Amino acid sequence: MAKTAISKPEPGTVVLRPSRGWTALNLRDLWLYRELVFFMTWRDLKVRYKQTLLGVSWAVLNPFLQMVVFSIFFGELAKVSSDGLPYPIFAYTALLPWTLFANALNNASRSLVSHQNMVTKIYFPRLLLPLASVMAGVVDFLLAFLVLIGMMIYYNATGATHLTLNWAMLTLPLFLLLALVTALGVALWLSALYVKYRDVNYIIPFLAEVWKFVSPVVYSTSMVPAKWQFVYALNPMAGVVNGFRWALLGTQTAPDLRLAISAAMAVIVLVSGLFYFRSMEKTFADTI
Amino acid sequence: MKPVIRVENLGKRYRIGMAPLKYETLSGKITDALSAPLRALRRVQSPKADGADTIWALRGVSFDVKQGQVLGIIGRNGAGKSTLLKVLSHITEPTEGSVTIRGRVGSLLEVGTGFHPELTGRENIFLNGAILGMKRAEIERKFDEIVDFSEVEQFIDTPVKRYSSGMYLRLAFAVAAHLEPEILVVDEVLAVGDAEFQKKCLGKIGDVAQQGRTVLFVSHNMSAVLRLTQESIVLEKGRLTLRAPSPEAVDRYLSAGHSQAGERFWEADEVPADAAPFRPLSLRLCDGRGRTVDSVRSTEPVIIEMEYALSAPVTGLRIGLYLNTARGEAVFTTFDTDEPHMFEKHTSRAAGQYVSRCTIPADTLNAGRYGLGVNASSYHIKRYFQDDQALDFSVDAAGAPGMHWVETRPGVVRPRLEWSIEAKRK
Repeated sequence: MAKTAISKPEPGTVVLRPSRGWTALNLRDLWLYRELVFFMTWRDLKVRYKQTLLGVSWAVLNPFLQMVVFSIFFGELAKVSSDGLPYPIFAYTALLPWTLFANALNNASRSLVSHQNMVTKIYFPRLLLPLASVMAGVVDFLLAFLVLIGMMIYYNATGATHLTLNWAMLTLPLFLLLALVTALGVALWLSALYVKYRDVNYIIPFLAEVWKFVSPVVYSTSMVPAKWQFVYALNPMAGVVNGFRWALLGTQTAPDLRLAISAAMAVIVLVSGLFYFRSMEKTFADTI
Repeated sequence: MKPVIRVENLGKRYRIGMAPLKYETLSGKITDALSAPLRALRRVQSPKADGADTIWALRGVSFDVKQGQVLGIIGRNGAGKSTLLKVLSHITEPTEGSVTIRGRVGSLLEVGTGFHPELTGRENIFLNGAILGMKRAEIERKFDEIVDFSEVEQFIDTPVKRYSSGMYLRLAFAVAAHLEPEILVVDEVLAVGDAEFQKKCLGKIGDVAQQGRTVLFVSHNMSAVLRLTQESIVLEKGRLTLRAPSPEAVDRYLSAGHSQAGERFWEADEVPADAAPFRPLSLRLCDGRGRTVDSVRSTEPVIIEMEYALSAPVTGLRIGLYLNTARGEAVFTTFDTDEPHMFEKHTSRAAGQYVSRCTIPADTLNAGRYGLGVNASSYHIKRYFQDDQALDFSVDAAGAPGMHWVETRPGVVRPRLEWSIEAKRK
């Protein structure tokens, strides 16, 4: 029996037959549907803040209020070291990529199940659902970033910091990209698993909570013992947060081997996530 | 000419455990893994047990569709129609065999998929168009046409959650109908909407066919199948049993699977697992003297008996009967607890065996073939069981009013009405 996924039909022809083993990634299909990624992202954003009193300001309030809470408990009461910086700006800089990641974990991981009527009724590359969810978070990130600029100006004016424009700031998009790669990779794994195992729904909040504390969000990487630094770097979000602090606040966390470890982990998670997602994709409509 | 769609030996197997609402959980998976060696042992002892938890929704189906053809797909519930359409529209993967498709497939499996209630009509047109595979430029070009077709122009900037269900449906169909794929797959979209709009939809599907595009049309509405298609395939229990000109296929559908002599029995394996605690046993048609018949006289009362068993008490159960003409037009729908005193008396039925009996009075139906469907449900709670084509029977008009004139009387009913003739002036 000729049961292989690979077939070379003439242009415009689709052959549907059972596939075996690892399926090719078929990213071309994703490209054909690129407009839909845009529409779904736009819809996510549009719908998210409808019928909310404060609307889009939640994008800013969410990390901002967390910062306030952390500043009181970790900064003032527990006196956690913030590498000589005012604790609020130290925490907020980390909360920006962290919120992006946590939202992606929440929304993108649930994206397939929450769109199950689309999945069972229409064909489109399923990859597009988690992708659009992650992308919607970028817009929130940009809004929250404006507040950070405000904070930098404020702390410079009060003399608490002496931040200057420098070339390191130009690397920021790369750290943002690293956060997105990590978020998408984790979301691909979780969203595909969620289709089959509803347990994922209960694991997500727990995972997000634990992950936040193994990332240097409320504390500084310098608190981690030296012998554990390389193990610690296996968490890609550690690389992201350290990168953000280094690029924006000039902390002593300049890119080094640890960042390379973080980046490699992020790529491993993304690529394995892509292949796992693709191999499960054909059964989504039947199992969801 | 090469066929646009070529289906070869297509099969789709489902695990029964994959049925909706029954999710696998990690703990389930773990117990499963632990008991696997035990099951493997059992399988060695009785090799047949392996296939027990899977069903073939489709098996060995092969057919071709030529360009510009409008092919009807008919079959009873559970015959595999929906599975076939899902495989053809790339939603689910076949288990065996192959499908070769030349051209873009647009499916109207369920209109309005991806509509978001919070978004306006305008926003949903763009979103839904993109979901269905249209380019933005294409949607912009057809936007006015879509709005025009949907007749919701005044409300185009209102969130669709404020739409009436009719408006919602019209807008959804309008987007889908302007997709212009080379191959259009239509499934039962016409079951909803008012008569005027249904006519418009059928017209649109007819237009699509006129333009040389290929249409696969699935419907329970036999008159729509006859009007739109020249040829149809009949699916029975996952197999293709007939491909023929539509009138012949419709005849086959209307008579297939029905027990003779006005009686229909349900075997345990014909009843879906999710029907429990309800289990249909038989549906019987009797004449005034209690004999089971498949042909009744218009001038005599007809008694319909539905026998069923309940394995647990059911609250609010109602047994419904649907009478349709052979062409699929509804004649009436009736429930055993329609009367308030019946409704109050039978609020809950204990476990056990029951018969719900209904009498159609004499002088009701005109001559012709009729189909009887049954349904068991608790209003707004759950539909346990439904069979739209449980039984069919014919009505003979001998002795009915006006039989002394040899002519066909149009109309579904043939009541004996009271007439009087008065002379006003001599």
